[in-house]
Amino acid sequence: MVLEFTPSGIYCPAADAYIDPWRPVPRALITHGHSDHARPGMGAYMATKAAAPVIHHRLGGDIRMETTDYGVTHRIGDADISFHPAGHVPGSAQIRVEVDGEVWVASGDYKVIDDGLSEPFEPVKCHTFITESTFGLPIYDWPDQDVLARDLNDWWRGCVAEGKRAVLGVYALGKAQRILRLLDPSIGPILTHGAVEATNSVLRAQGLALPDTVQVVDGIDAKSHPDAIVLAPPSALGTPWMKRFGAVSTGFASGWMRLRGVRRRRAADRGFVVSDHADWKGLNWAIEQTGAERVFVTHGYTAQFSQWLREQGYDAGIVQTEFGGEDLDEAEENAA
Amino acid sequence: MKDFAALFTALDQTTKTSVKTAALTEYLAAAREEDRVWTIALLSGRRPRRAITTTKLREWAAERAGIPLWLFEACYPVVGDLSETIALVLPEPETRIERSLSDWIATLRALDKADEAERKETILAAWNGLPPTERFVFNKLITGGWRMGVSQKLMTRALAKATGIDDAELTHRLMGDWTPDSVSWDSLIEAPDPTADLSRPYPFYLAYQLEQEPHELGPVNDWLAERKWDGIRGQLILREGERYLWSRGEDLMTDRFPEFAQLVDFLPSGTVIDGEVLAYDHAADAPLSFNKLQARIGRKTVPKKLLTEAPVILMAYDLLEWHGADLRQAPLAERRATLESAIEALPPELPIRISPRVEAKDWDGLAQARAISRDIGAEGLMLKRLNAPYLAGRKKGDWWKWKVDPLTIDAVMIYAQAGSGRRATLYTDFTFAVWNGNDLVPFTKAYSGLTDAEFRQITAWVRKNTTDRFGPVRAVTPHHVFEIAFEGIQPSPRHKSGVALRFPRIARWRKDKPLQEANTLDDLNQMLEIYG
Ligand SMILES: [Zn+2]
Ligand SMILES: [Zn+2]
Repeated sequence: MVLEFTPSGIYCPAADAYIDPWRPVPRALITHGHSDHARPGMGAYMATKAAAPVIHHRLGGDIRMETTDYGVTHRIGDADISFHPAGHVPGSAQIRVEVDGEVWVASGDYKVIDDGLSEPFEPVKCHTFITESTFGLPIYDWPDQDVLARDLNDWWRGCVAEGKRAVLGVYALGKAQRILRLLDPSIGPILTHGAVEATNSVLRAQGLALPDTVQVVDGIDAKSHPDAIVLAPPSALGTPWMKRFGAVSTGFASGWMRLRGVRRRRAADRGFVVSDHADWKGLNWAIEQTGAERVFVTHGYTAQFSQWLREQGYDAGIVQTEFGGEDLDEAEENAA
Repeated sequence: MKDFAALFTALDQTTKTSVKTAALTEYLAAAREEDRVWTIALLSGRRPRRAITTTKLREWAAERAGIPLWLFEACYPVVGDLSETIALVLPEPETRIERSLSDWIATLRALDKADEAERKETILAAWNGLPPTERFVFNKLITGGWRMGVSQKLMTRALAKATGIDDAELTHRLMGDWTPDSVSWDSLIEAPDPTADLSRPYPFYLAYQLEQEPHELGPVNDWLAERKWDGIRGQLILREGERYLWSRGEDLMTDRFPEFAQLVDFLPSGTVIDGEVLAYDHAADAPLSFNKLQARIGRKTVPKKLLTEAPVILMAYDLLEWHGADLRQAPLAERRATLESAIEALPPELPIRISPRVEAKDWDGLAQARAISRDIGAEGLMLKRLNAPYLAGRKKGDWWKWKVDPLTIDAVMIYAQAGSGRRATLYTDFTFAVWNGNDLVPFTKAYSGLTDAEFRQITAWVRKNTTDRFGPVRAVTPHHVFEIAFEGIQPSPRHKSGVALRFPRIARWRKDKPLQEANTLDDLNQMLEIYG
């Protein structure tokens, strides 16, 4: 097989390299910088130029890292390997592996709509496609991004009118920057939690244009910026850190917000349906575009989605991933 | 239905009671009268008759969504709600139908007489003409099960604000056997005729669990103590030769308990008694187990055999109406005295008893009396302030439940299932087992009692330790021991273990307890012998 599924992760014997391995291995090909994909302890890393800064930021400057442009073929052992945009977060890639004319693509995390921030998803023809299925059920259907932008800004404006601070829970890498670009800065200033701001600076340094933000530091309180919106990691919501803002309206931005039960469990005042993973239609479209005959389904609704694919005529199987320790919300926190 | 859907969204988007009340008040002040009446009806659990089976709804939704039925069914446990699952899988609407809440309800009711083709056409057209929230609300109208996060209390408060009518008065007006067909906004809310509905009950007064030390309640003489009987709380109404028996959940149970028919001849018209319906052993003059009563609850009509096997009585707690006069503002001491003398005057073979006062000279004495509750078939004591009126709804201060501690057993978790609604992404429903030799015998399910953090922790563990799957249920490696608390135990041939528990819940996660030290089936059987 071109790629094999091993306890350490997806392995390419021809290249003697692993894709997004979860145990320390000599050589790792990394799809993107989220912590469930880029882990510490690898002998050597390879990632796209745009993904590398965040990986360095998270894993330290002293890891051995080789970077690549999208679409450039590298001969590693007996395999031809190239990275292609996955549309998930800035720098995210699908990894194409060709051995003796047989092509596999490991897509990592992906979404198919253009978020205006990440390099847009590029379908790659292949014989075998490895897909995620985080949102692999027909109940997941994302609203258009302009609808999302309108809802977000309406909510922010409403909060200002009611004298409340809008505090939005967003994941620090990807989601936060995507939302930053949807916000209307004419409403007021955008405040950020330190974790969000750290990722902002990494991405700004590599040339990504983001609107101005003000990091929340001691001394910033409810009175400092009465018309501001605050972006913070979900873990900061409901903690004493929030006290400084006085009366707040909390929002939470995630694909899981599509489900009323999850919205209510989050106990946020507003849920915004937005994800950096493909929805049901997106997954099906992407798979069709690859022209693949065989599909392996990894994390998410693997059983249901692979069954569906088999009924659509694909040779589809499940890849068990070591993907533990998470509630689905946190799955997205890691995976988003 | 736009305004109603907007109300739904507003209620759904907040957890704050004040915001919910404001949204509902605003809606009630602006909506059309028919819509107002229907909204009140829906929020108080009155729904239109179901015109379409959920089986059909599932089929049509899957067909319209272009997915196989199994995939629709696979979505349902993830969403946890049928109406929402349908709303989520359907494609975007292609048209826009604007119709009021009551018009939609009329449309649905007309389907009662339609054939299946016409039903399907109507439903599909509606799905295709309603934006997502309205579509969800529409599905809820068909399937029922309204839980909009609005309690009766909150609704009444909003209604009071919108109309300027007193809260407790409205609670009373909203009770009873009305439907949107039998009332108008005027006859229900604005100008009700008190004699129009002979069956109308008073709002039940409900007690909170005692949190403080009992002696903090003040002198013991200020309080009436009585048993907290383990039956069905009921309100018996005798008016103009008719009788009605209401449950606390506002179910009319009159026909299930024909025993009470004879009381009409012995108590004056205009008598309303609050009490507990109990299965009763007349020879021993003591209650039978709840188990016996359960056989009566499920049946609309009662066969003779059951009437003799499990006869019921009303254990009377309180007198709310006497000779047609509303007594609720009178102090308990006075109501109780009237009730006692009324019941003492009755022939003893009538199916009514006064719930005896539990007398003690101090709180320690009452504590001792409470300790024996389970032995005499009670759940603990009720403490009621003697100078208090009979209030409406759950109120703190004058009435307290002082329950005995629950029974507990240490059990091993063997199956897990994802929750629904709020907890759709967590494993929250567990099956527990006890040892029988080297086997683990399942004996109960329990799905509450852990914190969200604990549920997240156990969810992660379940994912990694699944040994088998049966639909939504996962078998897991036996490893974790939990303390299960419950209120009672009874024999049950339907269960492998031979027992069934009442109100089982997780008391705590016994991380300290090794698997082998969980309790055994023998332990359960011993409890059954003592308390069953
Ligand atoms: Zn991921
Ligand atoms: Zn990711």
